[in-house]
Amino acid sequence: MSSTSITPIIPAGKKPKKLITTERVVVYSVLTLCALFFLFPLYIMVITSLKDIEAIRSGNIFVPTMHPTFTAWGKAWNSACTGLYCEGIKVGFWNSVRITGPSVIVSIAVASITGYSLANWPFKFSEVFFTILLVSSFIPYVVMLYPLVLITRWLGIFSTLPAVVLVHTIFGLPILTLLFRNYFSSLPQELFKAARVDGAGYWRIFFQVYAPMSVPIFTVAVILQITGIWNDFLFGVIYAGPTNYPMTVQLNNIVNSVQGGKEYNVDMAATILTGIVPLAIYFFSGKYFVRGIAAGAVKG
Amino acid sequence: MMLIVLGVFVGGTAWTVLFSFTNIKIVPIFTPSEWINGFVGTANYDRLFHTDRWMECPALSHIGQADWQLQCRGALPNVVTYAVLSIILSISIGFLLAVFMDQKVRLEGMFRTIYLYPFALSFIVTGHVWAWILSPEYGLQGSIRQLGWTSFSFGWIADRQMVMYAIVIAGIWQGSGFVMALMLAGLRGIDDEIWKAAKIDGISTWRTYLQIVLPMMKPVMVTTFVIVSSGAVRIYDLVVAITDGGPGISSDVPTRYIYQNFSANLGQSLAASTCMLVAMAFILIPWIRMEFGKKG
Amino acid sequence: MMKANSTPSVSVRGLALSYGAVQVLKALDLDIMDGEFLVLLGPSGCGKSTLLNCVAGLLEPSDGSVFIKGKNVTWEEPKDRGIGMVFQSYALYPQMTVERNLSFGLRVSGLPKEEIEKRVKRVGDMLQLGELLQRKPSALSGGQRQRVAIGRALVREVDVFLFDEPLSNLDAKLRAELRVEIKRLHQRLANTMIYVTHDQIEAMTLADRIAVMKGGTIQQLDAPQTIYNKPKNLYVAGFIGSPSMNFLKGKIEGSGTKAVFHLGNQKIPLNDYTPDAPIKPGAAVLGVRPEHIQIDMAATKATSDAYKAVVDLVEPMGSDSLVWLKIDDTLFSARVESNQHFDVGQKVNVRFRIGLASVFDEATGDRL
Repeated sequence: MSSTSITPIIPAGKKPKKLITTERVVVYSVLTLCALFFLFPLYIMVITSLKDIEAIRSGNIFVPTMHPTFTAWGKAWNSACTGLYCEGIKVGFWNSVRITGPSVIVSIAVASITGYSLANWPFKFSEVFFTILLVSSFIPYVVMLYPLVLITRWLGIFSTLPAVVLVHTIFGLPILTLLFRNYFSSLPQELFKAARVDGAGYWRIFFQVYAPMSVPIFTVAVILQITGIWNDFLFGVIYAGPTNYPMTVQLNNIVNSVQGGKEYNVDMAATILTGIVPLAIYFFSGKYFVRGIAAGAVKG
Repeated sequence: MMLIVLGVFVGGTAWTVLFSFTNIKIVPIFTPSEWINGFVGTANYDRLFHTDRWMECPALSHIGQADWQLQCRGALPNVVTYAVLSIILSISIGFLLAVFMDQKVRLEGMFRTIYLYPFALSFIVTGHVWAWILSPEYGLQGSIRQLGWTSFSFGWIADRQMVMYAIVIAGIWQGSGFVMALMLAGLRGIDDEIWKAAKIDGISTWRTYLQIVLPMMKPVMVTTFVIVSSGAVRIYDLVVAITDGGPGISSDVPTRYIYQNFSANLGQSLAASTCMLVAMAFILIPWIRMEFGKKG
Repeated sequence: MMKANSTPSVSVRGLALSYGAVQVLKALDLDIMDGEFLVLLGPSGCGKSTLLNCVAGLLEPSDGSVFIKGKNVTWEEPKDRGIGMVFQSYALYPQMTVERNLSFGLRVSGLPKEEIEKRVKRVGDMLQLGELLQRKPSALSGGQRQRVAIGRALVREVDVFLFDEPLSNLDAKLRAELRVEIKRLHQRLANTMIYVTHDQIEAMTLADRIAVMKGGTIQQLDAPQTIYNKPKNLYVAGFIGSPSMNFLKGKIEGSGTKAVFHLGNQKIPLNDYTPDAPIKPGAAVLGVRPEHIQIDMAATKATSDAYKAVVDLVEPMGSDSLVWLKIDDTLFSARVESNQHFDVGQKVNVRFRIGLASVFDEATGDRL
C-alpha cells in the first residue's frame, strides 16, 4: 500500500464520547454525597441558631424556620450563662484573643530565630538538639501536664494568663522550630555566605535577607499557631484559671450549663461564634492552611 | 530559651515516668532521696490495671484474644476502639475520596474546601454540633420519628455499648477531609509516566490504583497512619464535648482519666501517662523505620 | 538507510492538537516506513513528545488521524494499537520485581503462563537481565532500569516501539552505551521505532531519518546526512551541528553559476555550490560549518578563493580547537587541529568550502 492510498477519513480527532457515562455519574454522586455529609452539621448549626426555642421543641432538626431570628446569637454573645455568671461567650472571645496573640508572637519569634541558628550556625550538638526536637514534637502533652502545673506554680503564675501563654509557647516551639529550620536549610547556602562576605552580621542577615524571603513560611506558622491555640481546650482549662477561660472552655460551659433549661439555639449560635475565627482563616488562607495543618498535625 | 524548653520536655517526661513508680501524693516530691523513699515499684500500674474505670475485662481468661475488644470496658479499651476504627475508616474514606477527586473533576476546589473545613474547627465545636445532631430527643432520631418512621432508633450517644461509635462518627467527620488532602497530594506526586506505562500495558484504571499506585503510596500511608493514630490516642476534647465521658463513664478515655485523677490518684495518673508515652512510641516505630531506614 | 520497497508502518494525517488557543501540533503529516528508525528531534516545547503521545494513544488529538499498519487507530486504546513504549523516567512499577514488571501487562491480558515465561526469558536473554530478574527496580542502576523498561516494551512483541527521551536521565557514559545497545536492538529486530530526543548526537547516530520539529510543525524530514549537509532552512541549520554553523550576512550578485556572495568588501564566488533553488540576486545568508573553513597560515598573499581575516579568540577543545575569526565586523569560527597555533590579532587567510556550505534567502530563511 502506498502512502497516498491513506486518506484522512473518520475516525479522526477526538473520540466522540457520551457526555454522561456511568463512571462520571458515580464519581460526581459519591463526591456530592460526601460533600452533603460534610456540610450537614454546618447546615444544622446555622438553622438551629436561627430558630427560637419553641420552633426547636416543636419542629424538626432538618427543617429551617420560617421566621429566622438572631436573638439566639445576641444572647450567646452577650448573656449566655456559663454556670458562674451570665455574660455570654464574648468574655471567652476576648480571653482567646489575649491568649492567642502573645502566644503566637512569642512562639514564632523564638522558633524562627532558633530555626535560623540551627540551619546556618551549626554548633557542636546541633544534631543531637535537632533529634530531641523531633522526638519532643511527638510526646503526648498529657505526659507533661502535671510537671507543667508544678513549674507554673513554682513560677507563681499558675491559673493566670501568662501561664497559659507560656504553655502554648512551649508546646508550639518544637514543631515550629523544625518548620523554620527545614525552610531555612532549603534556602541556598550561597545566600548566607554572600551576605557574610558583604559584611552583614547575625541579626542583619536574619532581618534583612532571610525574613523578607520567608513570608510563606511565616504565614504557615501563623496559621498553624492561631488555629491550634484558638481551638485548644485542655491547656485553657488547666492553666488559664476561670477568669481567663478561652472561648472553647466558655462554649463548653455554656452548653453544659443547666440554668433555665437547655437552649439549643443559643448553644449552636455560641458554637458557630467559636468556630468562626479558624473558619475565616481557613477560607482566606487557601493553600497555606493545608500546609499549616499538615505541619501541625503531629503536634503533641 | 530553646534549651529551657527542651529541659521542660525532657525533664517533664522523665519526671512523669520516674514518679509513676512512687507513692506520690498531691504534695509532690522532688528530690532523689524522696524518690527512693517513695519508691513503690509497679504498684501504681497494678492498681491502674485493676481499676474498672481504666480497664475492666470480665473473666479475661475465658474469652479468646479476638473478643478482648468487645468484652472490655474502660478508658483504655475505649481509646483502642476509637483509634482502630478512626484509623481504618479515615484512611479508607480519605483514600477513596482522593481517588475520586483525582478523576479530573470539575469544581475540585469547591469539593476540597467542603471536605477540609471541619478540620479547621475545634474538637469542642465539632463535639457540640454532633452532640446536638445525635441527641435522641430533638436530634436525628426525634426528627425522623416525627416524620413518621416511629420505630427509627439512633440513640448511640445515650447507649453505653454504642457511644464510642458515635464519637468515631464525629472524629471521622472532622479528620477524613484532611486525610483526603494528604492522599491526594500523594496521588498527584506519582510520576505521570507510570500511568502512561500502565495504559500501554492495558491495565485498567481501578487495577492501576490498586496494584500499582496504592503500593507506591506507602510513605504517604505511613505518615497518615502516624498522624491519625497519634491524634486518636490523645483524644480528649471531642469526648468532653459530646458526652463528657457518659453515659456514666462508658466513653471515658485515658487523657480524661489522667486529668481527673491528678488530685485523687496522682500516682495512677502518672502511670497512665507513661502508658500513653509507650503507646506513642509504638506508633512511631513504622515512621522511624521509614525515615531513618532509608538513610542507613 | 531507507528500504526500497517500504510501506508505511505508522502514518499521521492532518494531526493537530491545541489546548485552548495554544496550538501544540499544527496539522502534521508523517509516514514512517516499516522497519524504519525515525527520530523526532527538537527543543523542548516543539511538540515532539506530544506527537509521540498521540501516536501511542496517550493523548487525544483535536483533529486528524493516526494509522498503524494501515489501520486507523485514532480512537483505539493504547493497548490495542500494537505498540510498546519506553519512558524517560523508566516508569517501572517500583514494588514489583523485574520479572513481574516485564510480565504484568501480559498477565493482565490473560496470556497463558508458559507463553509469558517464554517471552520473559527471551527478552531477559536478549537484554542480559538474567540475574536481575528477581530484583526490584530500586536495587538497579539507572542503565539497568532503562534496560528493563525497554524489556517491558519488547515482551509485548509488537511491531512499533516508541521511545520518549529514554536516555535523558542517564549520565553521558551510560547514554553512549545504551545508544549503541538500542541501535543493535533495532538492527536485530528490524521493527519500526519512533524515538523522541533533544540530543542531536542521539538523533544522528540512531536515525534512518530525522524529523526536525519546531513550534508544532516538522521543519525537515530527511536522512541525518542530508539534514547535516543540506539543511532546509536557517532553523534546521542552526539547530544541527556542534559547534553550530556560522551565519554570514551579505548579498548575492549575479545568478546561476556566475553568482557571487558579497561579504563586506570581499567577494565569494558560488560556482561550486549545489543549490536547491535557483540563485537570484538579493540579501542572503551564507551558512558554513566551522569544520568547512580552512585557515591558511603559510599564505602571505590572498589567492582568489582565500580571504583575509583576523584571529579574535582561540578555544582549545582537546582533539581540535575552535578559532574565532573576524572579516570586517563579521565574527565566525573555524575548526582546526589542536597542534596548530594562533595568536590573537594574527592575520590569516581563510578558505570557505563552498561545496559543503549552504546559502539561505535572508527574507524567507529557506535554503537556495
